[in-house]
Amino acid sequence: MSVGIGSRIFCRDLDLELHAGERLAILGRNGAGKSTLLSVLAGLRAPQAGEVRLKGAAYAELGPRQAARVRGWLPQSRNDAFASTVLETALVGRHPHLDRWGWESAQDAKIVRQALVAVGLADFEQRDIQSLSGGERQRLAIATLLAQQPELFLLDEPLAYLDLKYQIAMLALFADAARESGAAVAMVLHEPALAWRFCDRVLLVFGDGRCECGPTVEMLNTERLSDLYDYPLRVFEHDGQLCLIPR
Amino acid sequence: MPTRHRALIILALLIGVSLGSVFLALVVGSIPVPVAEVFAALLGGPDEMSANVVTSLRLPRALAGFACGGLLALSGALLQVLLRNPLADPYILGISGGAGVGAILSILFGLGVAGISGAAFAGALAAMLVVFGLAHGDGSWTQTRLLLTGVIVAAGCGALVALILSIAPDHQLHGMLFWLMGDLSQAANPGLTLCALAVVLFVTLPFARELNLLARGSDTALALGVRVGALRRGVYLVASLATAAAVAQAGSIGFIGLIVPHLVRLATGNDQRLLLPASVLAGGSLLVVADTLARTLIAPQQLPVGVLTALIGVPVFLFLLARDSRLNTRLNR
Repeated sequence: MSVGIGSRIFCRDLDLELHAGERLAILGRNGAGKSTLLSVLAGLRAPQAGEVRLKGAAYAELGPRQAARVRGWLPQSRNDAFASTVLETALVGRHPHLDRWGWESAQDAKIVRQALVAVGLADFEQRDIQSLSGGERQRLAIATLLAQQPELFLLDEPLAYLDLKYQIAMLALFADAARESGAAVAMVLHEPALAWRFCDRVLLVFGDGRCECGPTVEMLNTERLSDLYDYPLRVFEHDGQLCLIPR
Repeated sequence: MPTRHRALIILALLIGVSLGSVFLALVVGSIPVPVAEVFAALLGGPDEMSANVVTSLRLPRALAGFACGGLLALSGALLQVLLRNPLADPYILGISGGAGVGAILSILFGLGVAGISGAAFAGALAAMLVVFGLAHGDGSWTQTRLLLTGVIVAAGCGALVALILSIAPDHQLHGMLFWLMGDLSQAANPGLTLCALAVVLFVTLPFARELNLLARGSDTALALGVRVGALRRGVYLVASLATAAAVAQAGSIGFIGLIVPHLVRLATGNDQRLLLPASVLAGGSLLVVADTLARTLIAPQQLPVGVLTALIGVPVFLFLLARDSRLNTRLNR
């Protein structure tokens, strides 16, 4: 498929397949089209050519409700117009699993509470979301996504606003979801070193229509990353971790 | 956590309050009617003057007031979600402005009560279509664009109304001003408005949980499986028609649509499954009580009820604003 806005093409002839249990990092410069690609993958925007299939079905065949049971999307920005508690906000994730007249059950509340524990917000249940810090609000959005229990996680900058500890904790959380419940994860990241540590494959979006996809170990090297970020970098491996030094 | 059980208890309480307010409207008035006679009249008792006052004057007026209050509160709640703006009210998008132009013109040309209602409804629809067409012009549909278009159309209609008022003959000015302030004294036939209220509530309630998601932002709603575009157009249409129905019946009664959703939200939380029906009941009751005051405070003369809702609404709203920090943070954003 091809992805773009107007006359600008971000990804030309992209052929991407994501399997259960796989973790994909999407890397690229600001404005390269990573978020646009992710929203196309989420079925929220049509590709300029080609199509996206979710477990073999196109989004149009699935319908929004059915799609929301299979794939979850973490948007980049949040703005809350009305006051609400943390618990109520996370309960929103259960929407696709409830029927039209349904109310959240004790089972739904249990799932949501587990998600809040997983992101370290267990004691925040009754807090107003407008009193949360940026990082806490981000973790609440991740908890809402976990409560949705999708099989495919599409994460647009999941590490935004997070401190070092929670950056690793959240990535470990999604790695666990991939390993234990066989979820597929695609995430937009700005840290190649974290992609190296937590992802099986990497998709590089260059912003001029070129896209390269391959195993993390092969893709993340000095030459490619310097080209990708348009800045000379030194990339080396140390103790099994990737290190980047801007020159 | 929102539960159905809690919602039903609150709604049952509010139904009690609503019945109480209508009953109050039947008992109180310039002609004293004992409670026993009110019951007798409602059950089809003897055809006395007092029974007649209750069944053919006070009851239709109370029911019309209830329907209008309910419609306005529901419309306000819907628009606050649609525009994601706590300051939205049913008139913010120019509906009452269009209705005002229609109504004032028909008074100027000497049409009767039915003609005024019809013209007000037509004016409201015209304003709705203009705002919808302009806001939707390039296919995008953003809250800011819709809001700005509505506010500008409302301002234009306001200027037209002022123009007509300034050239209207003196003997018509009183009627025009009463209409503009909102007045239930002409409301003799509440059936249609009550039907509109029932239909609007019936149409919106199945989508209440999706509206919860819409209030949290279109991104969230989209990702969780809401057809955001269709839902927004539907909400706009329903809220506009609800406002038009209320305004055609009783003129532009202010403050009910802004303040009632806030009162209910502060008391029960922002779950639309409860907020929408609760706003209908609270808005209806409030308007019935206000109208009862409007026709008894300086009886036999009557006040336009819109003045009273504003006089009650402004201090209550300011009090809440000063007291409740949750509302404060919401408005400060």
